[in-house]
This record gives sequence, structure tokens and C-alpha cells, in this order.
Amino acid sequence: MKRLPAWSWALAVLVAVLLFNAFLTPGFFNFVVRDGRVFGSLIDVLNRAAPVALLSLGMTLVIATGGVDLSVGAIMAISGAVAAGLISRPAGTPFEGGKSAPALAIPAALAAAMGCGLFNGFLVAVLELQPIVATLLLMVAGRGIAQLLANGQIVTFTEPAFAVVARGATLGLPNPIWILAGVGILIGIVTRLTALGLFVEATGSNPVAARFVGIDARIVKLAVYALSGTCAGIAGLIATADIQAADANNAGLYLELDAILAVSVGGTALAGGRFSLVGSLIGALLMQTLTTTILTRGVSPEFTLVLKAAVVVIVCFLQSPSFRESIQGRMKWRAA
Amino acid sequence: MGSVLELKGIRKAFLGTVVLDGIDFDLNAGEVHALMGENGAGKSTLIKTMTGVYEPDAGSIHLSGTEIRPHMPSHAVKLGISTVYQEVNLVPNLTVMENLLLGREPRGFGGIKWAEMRRRAEVAIGRLGMSIDLRAPLGSLSIAQQQLVAIARALDTEAKVLILDEPTSSLDASEVESLFSLIRQLKADGLGIIFVTHFLEQVYAISDRITVLRNGSKVGTWDIASLSRLDLVTQMIGRDAATLDRPEMVAASSGSGIPVLAAKGLGRRGSVSGVDLELQPGETLGLAGLLGSGRTETVQLLFGIHPFDAGSLSVDGKTVSRMKPRLAIRKGIGYCSEDRKREGLFPELSVRENMLVLMQVQRGWHRRIPLAKQRTLAKELVDRLKVEPRDPEKPIQFLSGGNQQKALLARWLAVDPRVLLLDEPTRGIDVGAKFEIMSLVETLRQAGRSFVFVSSELPEVVRSCTRVLVMRDRHAVRTLESGEIAESTIVKEIASS
Repeated sequence: MKRLPAWSWALAVLVAVLLFNAFLTPGFFNFVVRDGRVFGSLIDVLNRAAPVALLSLGMTLVIATGGVDLSVGAIMAISGAVAAGLISRPAGTPFEGGKSAPALAIPAALAAAMGCGLFNGFLVAVLELQPIVATLLLMVAGRGIAQLLANGQIVTFTEPAFAVVARGATLGLPNPIWILAGVGILIGIVTRLTALGLFVEATGSNPVAARFVGIDARIVKLAVYALSGTCAGIAGLIATADIQAADANNAGLYLELDAILAVSVGGTALAGGRFSLVGSLIGALLMQTLTTTILTRGVSPEFTLVLKAAVVVIVCFLQSPSFRESIQGRMKWRAA
Repeated sequence: MGSVLELKGIRKAFLGTVVLDGIDFDLNAGEVHALMGENGAGKSTLIKTMTGVYEPDAGSIHLSGTEIRPHMPSHAVKLGISTVYQEVNLVPNLTVMENLLLGREPRGFGGIKWAEMRRRAEVAIGRLGMSIDLRAPLGSLSIAQQQLVAIARALDTEAKVLILDEPTSSLDASEVESLFSLIRQLKADGLGIIFVTHFLEQVYAISDRITVLRNGSKVGTWDIASLSRLDLVTQMIGRDAATLDRPEMVAASSGSGIPVLAAKGLGRRGSVSGVDLELQPGETLGLAGLLGSGRTETVQLLFGIHPFDAGSLSVDGKTVSRMKPRLAIRKGIGYCSEDRKREGLFPELSVRENMLVLMQVQRGWHRRIPLAKQRTLAKELVDRLKVEPRDPEKPIQFLSGGNQQKALLARWLAVDPRVLLLDEPTRGIDVGAKFEIMSLVETLRQAGRSFVFVSSELPEVVRSCTRVLVMRDRHAVRTLESGEIAESTIVKEIASS
């Protein structure tokens, strides 16, 4: 019997939720084309899931090495503050005075985000701090840095050339979907068409054995934390472009937890080792589908978090080794 | 003096495997009784039945003439049997005083009576003639001092029997001496002491009697004066030293005469010292010695898992100032660890990935071995080493121990290293697999590869090695040349002083 991929249960639950909507939520599968753009609940799910899905891609690799990155929400805020600052040059901020530089905003924000990731990687790989403590540092301080960059204000701007990151559409689909697809394919290629994925899995699976076959765990860890930071930077750009403002207090707030949930629901073990990028994407989509379902059905939004938690518990239960064993036991019993 | 502790017919089985088969043992007051045996002989299980960790399936334990049934460690301590383990089981960030009385602090109305506690701690430490700051955190002391604190703690409870389970394995010579003077004092006080160690020297330095266990049975008990070292080693290994000689070894086509790997006076503080060895192309150098004699530590120094701090190491005649695993691999040196689970396997990854990860590391991350090529290579390796099941896509954690071992060996064979350090490559695997592995080693040796071969099984060493380095008590004792290799000579060297 061929083994099913670890994300099968998450996919099954996602399909179940979609089926539920197909029959019971009117218009959930409807698409409308207006001004050359496609609208519909499904498109909305993909569009809104993009930031968390981006975070979960980076998070997947970090978790596969046996770590975790709690700082991605704060890095989103930093990335947004840098971009907004360079565009609107608000008084009292480090960006005060110069000319509006939208062309510089994206590379500068991404560089800042990657720098944050490298800092995390340095703490974990070189100073060998516990990942949860090392990234907690920037989770707390990062939001402070973002507030300093924005001088404690919500920096608003009007710059259509930048807003297009989140608001624009290409070939009828919103740009965040394209960005997510591009980043996902790129990370997929880099990890699976080179040996990096194997090295990441080996490092997380057994760090001692990895050292004994000559894998440099420090470089592997530096790379995954830098990548996770960069993914957070991209997510931060989307969030900022979407509301045309950088809100240091709320941008990406608690999204690190959603990303960790998505990875975990997607079948990547938090202890490290085997990872699945596809699984994490399914996990992120499942969360957003639930949120959108609740909203479109007019259930009061207070239920959202509780329902999400319930679904996560169900998926985790289905994935748990003890449940799997009991299922396999029963299947053998039937076959006999 | 009479016997303080007596065990009669102790039997213990786990899941149907008998690990202690009717052991009789007695300990006199004022005696140091050494308990000896190789891995799996049953020493620790026997100790655990005395200390209440396990309940014996049959047999009885008598303390000062009355039968006792310790049902948990704290109960055994209350009865008067205290144990000090190899690893100090105390709390490093509490003070010495707190550790001494942890769990039995003198309590009064509303809390701990600190003055009383201090007085008792001073008595306990004073009895051992030590001067240790009672308020220092335990973790700030040396391992030896911590060990002494652990003994002081064990003695605070009116002990009649003190069990020392490898207390010296992390101590250096002077620390061992101070521990021994303490043991002599306790012995004079009339305590019965059971001493478990791997170090022959120490057994003869301190013990009055020796009991040897082998494969769960008692071989015998001897007065120290009536058992020579040679007899002791023979009893532990359990083979008459004269039997079994070796086949003729076919010499490999020798190369330039420059050793591919050489060490001179190699050592590391707290580990091994004075290791001299030379490995020519086409040689299998055996490392023989008892458990704990420093064999594993030696190969780990050669592979750079721990840096050496004494002596010198050279590869192809060129000195290496600091060895690291990655450097060793680059120089064509491989290492197959004895601890498969902790140091070898990537449990969730497939057999294919486990076998080819090393080859991939050598090619570099950007030049991934194409999947089709990986499949062919994995299939070849699986067939060559007869790994069962033959499906290389199975996660390696689902394979049996012997097949895991073959897959790990395949990992190195895939990159064809010039030197392969094999630490107990045949442990825990069946006879057929052993034979296959050993004949593979021999074939490769004849093709000019070199091996360092660590094994507890002397017949294997004798049959497969061109030279043998004998180790004892963490020193290299002597190198036996091809003509001298026989079980009898190896045993003699292990036992000699």
C-alpha cells in the first residue's frame, strides 16, 4: 500500500468545507467578471489567504529544521513601515525629508525583512539560542522598531504604483495570488530541485547525524530564517499596499500563530524533519476558507476563532499517530 | 565480619528474555566488592533489583539477616541501601546544602528549619573530610566534587550498603585517588560497598572480592588475590583464551609507504591519551579492549567529533592541526558510529535518502543527484548489501536494526572513502548480516581501502584485522603485528599491567 502524503487529512477537511459551502452557502462557487477582473468567494479566499500562506512557506522550512519563527508578524510590520516611510516621507520619522521613492520601497522593505531573518538565524545558528526565545526577541522588539520607524503613527499614503501590489490584478486574478504562486513555485524549485530540501530535512531529523555526514547546520539554519524573514517582508508589503497605510501596532498581529497552525495542519511535524510546502498551503487555505465561510454565512464573527480552533483540533486528531494506528488496525482486521 | 547483604537466586526476565538467571551474591560489612561484566552481563539489572527499581521475578534479598523487598528507590534508601550513579543525579542550581538534604529537609512549624539543615549538612560533609562551601551552587563544583557530594548525600541516611555505579568514569587520576581514600575510610567504618567499574586497575587497587557476571549468569566470586588479571578478563569475555586462530591474511597491494592516517600521542583531557597508530592503505587496524577502554573515544578523535588537545594527527603524511567531521570527509575518511539511532539515522527519511545524503553533501547542494539516478544508485546499494525490504523508498525507521546498519554502511560505500572508521558495525545484527559485512570489508581492503575496526567480539577482530591496537583504561597499550594476532595475545595485553 502506498503511503498517503501527510497533508491528506487537511485536504480532506478542506474539500469537506468546500462541499458544505457548495450545497449550503448560496453563491459560494459563483464567479463574476467585471472590468476584466474575476470576483467570487473562492477568489476572495485565495486573495486573503496570501499573506498567511506566504508566512507559512517560510515557516515550513524553519520548522523542518526543528525551529520556529515567532517574529514573522513583527517583521511584516517593519517591512510595511519601511515601505510606507520611503513613499510618504512623514515628518518625525527616519525617512523625513527625502523625495518620495516608491521604486526603492519594495527592495528596501525586503532587505530590512531579510536582515531581520538573518538576525534570527544568527541567534539560533551561531549563538545557539532556543529558537522560540531567539525569535520571541524580535517578535516583541520588532513591533517596537516598526513603531519607531513610523514615529508611533499610522503612516498613510497614496501611491497607485505601490498599491497595485495588493489591489491590482493580472490576467483577471488579484496580484497577491500571483505573488503567492510565484514565491511558492520558487521555494519549491529551490528546495526540491536542489539538495537544500534534503539538507533541511536531515538537519531537523537528526542534527547529530547531519553533522557527521558533513552538513553545515549553521548555514542551513541561517538560510531558512533569512527566507522566513523575506517571506514575512513580502506579506508585509501586501498588507500595507492593501490598506495604503502602515499600521505598526496591528500589521501582521498574531499572524505568526496562524502560520504555525497552517504548517502544523499541513502535516509538517513541529519536531522537525520531513516538510511539505503543499501541505502548508492547504493548511493556510483551510483557515481562510473557514473565515470566509463564517463571514459569508452571516455567523457573527465572534465564532470565527472558536470554529477555527475546533477544525484545527479535528485535523490534528486525524493526523495523530494513535488515531492512525487504530485505523490501520481496523483495516487489517477487515482485510483478514 | 558477617554478611550485610545477601542475594539468593535472583531471577529477572523482560518480555520473556532472561537477563538475570538465579544470581547469588553476598556482601560483607567492611568490604569493597567489585561487580564486573561486559555490556549486557546484567550488572545494572542486578543493582536495580537491590535498589528497588525492579522487583525480581524470583529469589530473595536479605539485609543484615532479615528479608527485604524494596519496592522503590526511596524505600531501599530508607532500608539502608544507598546508590551513587555515574551521572550525578542532583540539581545543579541548588546549593550543596540543599542538595545534601533534598527531599528530607528537617521541617518544623511552617517550613524548613534552616539552622538544623545547616548543622546536618556540616556533619555530612565533615564526615568525608571535605572542605566544600555549603552555599555554593552544586553546578559550580567540579564533577569529582559533585560526585563526593552525592556520596555524602547517600551516607546521610544511615546507610549500611553503598553502591557505587561507575563513579570514576568522568574523574581524572588525582580525583580517583581522593575518592578511593574516602572509600577506604568508609570501609573502615564498617560499610559494605559494591563497586561497579570498567577499569581493571581500579578494581585491583581497591577491592577485596570480585564477582563476575556474564550473559545474566554468575560466573563466580573470587578473592582479589586469587584471581589474576588474565583470568578476570577471560572470565568476563568468556572464552578460553587459547582457542580460535586466524586465517592467513592476503596482503593488499601496498602503496607508497606513507600512512593514510597516523596519530602520535593523540589524546584529549577527560577522554583518551597516548594513542599511537599508523594506518597504511590496504590495512584493517583492529581496536581491541574492554568496554570503556577508550575505543570509541579514539575513533571519534580521528574523525574530529571532539577536537584532540594532545599529540598530533596526520593524513597522507600531512599534519592536521584541528580535525572536524567535514574536514575528515573531505580527506576521504568516513565514520560509522556504534550508536545508530543517535548518530546515524534520519528516521523519517527514506532508505534512499539515508544512503545517498552523504554523496549529495559531497556534490554540493546545487548539484542535486537527479531522482532517476538516485533510484538506480539506491537499488544497486540495496542489492549489493542485501538490505531488506528491497524497497528503498521506505522510511528507514521501519527497518530492523541489522538492515538499518547495512543502509548506514551503504551511505559510506556510496562515496568510497579511503579510510572507514567502523565502530561496532556488527553489534545487534544477525550472523548472516555480520558475515556479509565482514566479507565486504575484506574485499575492499584488498582493493586498497583502509579500515579501523572496533569490536567487542575478539574472534571478529582476529579474523579480519591485519594489525591490532590494544587499549586499556583509556590508553593505547600496544600494537600487535600480523604474526602476533590471536585471541590469547589480545587477552593477555588487555589484562597486563
